Amino acid sequence: MSNAAVSALNGATVQGFARVEEMGLQGMITLRGDLASAKVKNAVKEATGQDVPALRSLNTGDKGAVAWMSPDELLIMVDYAGVTDTLALIEAALSGEHFLAVNVSDARAMFRVSGSAAGVRETLAKLCPVDMTPGAFEPGMFRRTRMAQIPAAIWMPDAETVQIVCFRSVAEYTFNLLRDAVAEGGEVGLFS
Amino acid sequence: MLILDCPCCGVRGEETEFHSGGEAHLKRFGPGSSDDDFHGYLFEKVNPKGVHFERWRHVNGCGKWFHAARCTMTLEVFGTYSAQTLEPPQEIKDKITAKRPGWSWREFS
Repeated sequence: MSNAAVSALNGATVQGFARVEEMGLQGMITLRGDLASAKVKNAVKEATGQDVPALRSLNTGDKGAVAWMSPDELLIMVDYAGVTDTLALIEAALSGEHFLAVNVSDARAMFRVSGSAAGVRETLAKLCPVDMTPGAFEPGMFRRTRMAQIPAAIWMPDAETVQIVCFRSVAEYTFNLLRDAVAEGGEVGLFS
Repeated sequence: MLILDCPCCGVRGEETEFHSGGEAHLKRFGPGSSDDDFHGYLFEKVNPKGVHFERWRHVNGCGKWFHAARCTMTLEVFGTYSAQTLEPPQEIKDKITAKRPGWSWREFS
């Protein structure tokens, strides 16, 4: 038996009117604490080079990304290989503080839906009770919601891409949902 | 379908993104209380037609609990407010009074 880490669906892809891919191994850290505290701000800066994001938003940079999950929770996204180092950095920066930082990389799956701007918005609009109209949901926003029957979080790295984080245990369900949503012939044309 | 505004993360979402947590502002009776008080706490819930106060959780979002004031007949939501309170804020009461003059719910009116 090999010990090499494998992502939930090992990079599965499907092409419809938009392209769906499982993004492979992604480093993710859940950080809980007082988001207003200087130490937390500092730790996030050290780990990702980013500021603590505003309500329901996401800050992205070369070093990583940090997303607002709830009033006391952030999701830090870095390279899979760098998670242990980042975690150590956060723990050192927050020593003495009341906080929780956990490596959840292997408990999550990440998907990317890319294609036309209208296509990716429509794909998500089919599955989530979120207003995907341009203007209502834009790059930089981060939204935790429901995708059919499971919890998921979505954001748009750019106008033609949506990324999704869900629990690893429901990765296949998520992939199948997205596969059906992007099926050729299933275009509704809501945003085009 | 209810449209709720989560006061913790500001999301305006529809009912299926949330989960109902039952009646709000219950006074809890635990160990040491009388059997009558404990029975009342467990079983004597109100089931009004009209103004009602409930606890809700943003289960598919930020995961936080909050309170909602709504009408059980029209499904109108008068407002949502923090879970860290023992009674509805005056602002919510005023909103309800504007729409349902003379309302009362348990000891609130």
